[in-house]
Amino acid sequence: MASALSTDLLTAWPEIILAVGLCLVLVVDIFLKDSYRDVTYLLSIFLLAGIAWSLLGAGAGGETTLAFGGSYISDPLSRVLKLFAVAAVATVFLYSRPYLRARGLHLGEFYVLGLFALLGILVLASSYSLLVSYLGLELLSLSLYAMVAFNRDSPLAAEAAMKYFVLGAIASGTLLYGMSLVYGVTGSLNIGDLQATIGTAQASSLSLWVGLAFLVAGIAFKFGAVPFHMWAPDVYQGAPTAVTLFVGTAPKLGALALAIRILVEGLPALGDLWQVMLAALAVLSLVLGNVAAIAQANLKRMLAYSTIAHVGFILLGFVAGTPEGIQAALFYTLVYVIMASGSFGFLVLLSSRGEEVETLEDIKGLWQRSPWFALMMVLLMISMIGVPPLAGFYAKWWILSALLETNHVGLAVAALVASVIGAYYYLRVIKMMLFDDGGQAHAGGVPLDVRVVLSVNVLLLLLIGLLPDRLLELCARAAALI
Amino acid sequence: MFTTFLFYALSTVLLAAAIGVITARNPVYAALFLILAFVASAVLWLLLEAEFLAIVLVLVYVGAVMVLFLFVVMMLDINVTTMREGFLRYAPVGAIVAGIIVLELAYVIWFRSDGLPVGAQLVPRDGAYSSTEELGKVLYTQYLYPFELAGMLLLLAIVAAILLTMRHRPGLKVQDVAEQVKVQRGDRVRMVQMKSESE
Repeated sequence: MASALSTDLLTAWPEIILAVGLCLVLVVDIFLKDSYRDVTYLLSIFLLAGIAWSLLGAGAGGETTLAFGGSYISDPLSRVLKLFAVAAVATVFLYSRPYLRARGLHLGEFYVLGLFALLGILVLASSYSLLVSYLGLELLSLSLYAMVAFNRDSPLAAEAAMKYFVLGAIASGTLLYGMSLVYGVTGSLNIGDLQATIGTAQASSLSLWVGLAFLVAGIAFKFGAVPFHMWAPDVYQGAPTAVTLFVGTAPKLGALALAIRILVEGLPALGDLWQVMLAALAVLSLVLGNVAAIAQANLKRMLAYSTIAHVGFILLGFVAGTPEGIQAALFYTLVYVIMASGSFGFLVLLSSRGEEVETLEDIKGLWQRSPWFALMMVLLMISMIGVPPLAGFYAKWWILSALLETNHVGLAVAALVASVIGAYYYLRVIKMMLFDDGGQAHAGGVPLDVRVVLSVNVLLLLLIGLLPDRLLELCARAAALI
Repeated sequence: MFTTFLFYALSTVLLAAAIGVITARNPVYAALFLILAFVASAVLWLLLEAEFLAIVLVLVYVGAVMVLFLFVVMMLDINVTTMREGFLRYAPVGAIVAGIIVLELAYVIWFRSDGLPVGAQLVPRDGAYSSTEELGKVLYTQYLYPFELAGMLLLLAIVAAILLTMRHRPGLKVQDVAEQVKVQRGDRVRMVQMKSESE
C-alpha cells in the first residue's frame, strides 16, 4: 500500500508542487509590505518556471500512467496541456504587473488566485474521473469569479462577477446533474470504466441521453459556446483587462481537457449523439460570434465575440470525431491561447500607464505613435483571420481538412463563410491603426521586459506558421493515444 | 423493542419539527425548529450505527450552518408580512411542484423497488466495527486525490472571501489600544483661564 501511494504521489508531482508552492506564496505574501509586492510576483514566476522546466524534462516520453485508483492520468495529452497552461499563466503574470500597479491593484491575491486557477487546469488536464473533473472545474471557476470581482471599486466589475458567478453556478449544477445521470446508468465515475462499460444496450438508454445533453451544456458554458455564451462579453468587458487576459487564455485549455476527457474518452459510445449536439453549437457560435463582433465599439467586447467564434471552430474538430479532428482541435486551442494572450496583452500593455485603452477610437492612428506595437497587433489580427504565414492559418486549415475527410462539407463551408465575415472586423482594427487619426493610446512608458514578452509572443505565431511541424507532431502524439 | 420505540418517538419529533419549520411565524423559531430536526435525524442515524455521520451532522449543520443562519436571520431586518404577500398567488405552482415530487417518490418506492432490498432486515455489525474507521480508510486511500482537492477548494474559498470582503480603506476608524493607554491628561483636557463674569 505504502509503495503504491508513493508512486501515485510521484506521478502527480506537478499538481503537488503547485499546491504546496501556492500555499508558500500565500504565506509569504501575508508578511510583505505593499512596497515589496514584487517578491510575490517573482516567487510565482519562479514556481511556474520550475514546474514548466520539470514538465519539459518529463514530457519527452509517450507513456501513459494511471494513479490514485485510476482517477488520475498522466499521458502526452495532459503533459502538452499542462505545459501550455503553465506558460500561459506565466505570460499573464508578466503582462499584468505594470497594469495592476498603475491602478493600485497590485495585490498578492492576484497571483495566488491565478495559481489556484492553474491548479484547476492541471487537475482537469489529467483527470480520469468525473468527480475529479468536477473538482478541478470548480477550482478553476471559483478563482475566476473572485478575479473578475478583483477591482472592488468598479461597479462594472462587480456586475460582471455577479453574472459570471450566477450563470457559472447554474452551469456547474447542470454538469453535475449530467454526471449523476451517467453515474446512475453506468454505476461508475471512472472515465476508463465508462469507456469500457457503455455497450450498445446502454447507449440507447434515455437517461444516458439526457445526462449527455446536460454534460454538453455544462461543457459548452465553460467554453463560452452559443447559446451558453451570455456571460462572455460582459465578463470580458467588465473585468480589469489583466483579468480579461487571464479569463480569455488558460481556462480554454481546461475546457478543452474537460471536453476531451468526458466526451471523447468517456463516452465514445455516444459519439454520434454528441457530435450532432456540438455541430449545432459550433455553427451557432461561428455565426453569432462573427456577426455580433462587427457591431462592437469596445475592443474587449469585440474580442469576446471573436473568442466565441474561435470556440465554434474548436468544437468543429470534435464534430469530425476522428483522431485528426481531435488533433486539429488541440492545435487550434493551443494556437488560440497564444493569439489571445497576444491581443489581450496588447490592450493590457497600452493601458499600463493608468488610463483604460479599450475602444476602437483609442487605437486609431497607433502606427504613427507606436509603430512596433501596431505591427504586433496587425500580425495578431492577421493570424486571427487565418492568413497563411501565421499560425492561425494552419489551425483553421487542419480543422477544415478533418471536416472534409469525414464528409462534413456543409459544416466546412459554413465555417469558411463565417470566417470571411469575421475577417471584416479584424481588418477594421488594422485599418484604424494604420490609416486613421485621432486616437490617444500610445506605448510610451511600457517597461522593456514586457515589450520583449509581447514580441516573443507574436513572433511565436509567425514561427509556428512557418514551421508548424513540431507543434503538430506534439498534438498528433497527444491525440493518437486517446 | 426499545429501539423500535426510540425510532417512532424520534421520527415523531422529526416530523413535528419539520412542520414547525414551515409553519412558525417567527424566522428565529423556524431556525430553532430546524436545529431540532437535525438533532433528531442525527439520533436516528445513531440507531442505524452510523455514528460518524450522526456526529458530523450535529457538528457541521447544527454547529456551523445553523449558527450562521441564526446570525443572518437576526441581523437582517426581514419583514415577514411582505414576504407572505405573494403566498396565494404562488400557492398553486408550489402545490403542483409538491404534487409532482410526491408522485415521483411514490412511483420509485412502490413500483421501481422490486429488485431492491427495501425493507429487508438490516444486519447489525459486531461491536468492533467502526464506521468512522471505514470511512477514513476509503477517504484516505481510494478517494485521497478528490479529498485533497476538496481541501484546496475550501482554502480557495477562504482566500477569495477574504479578498472580496476585507478592505483597508483610508480614514477607517479603528481602536488603537496602545494609543489609548498612553494618553495623558494634557492630551484631552485643556485648562482655560477665564475672568469671572460680573453680574
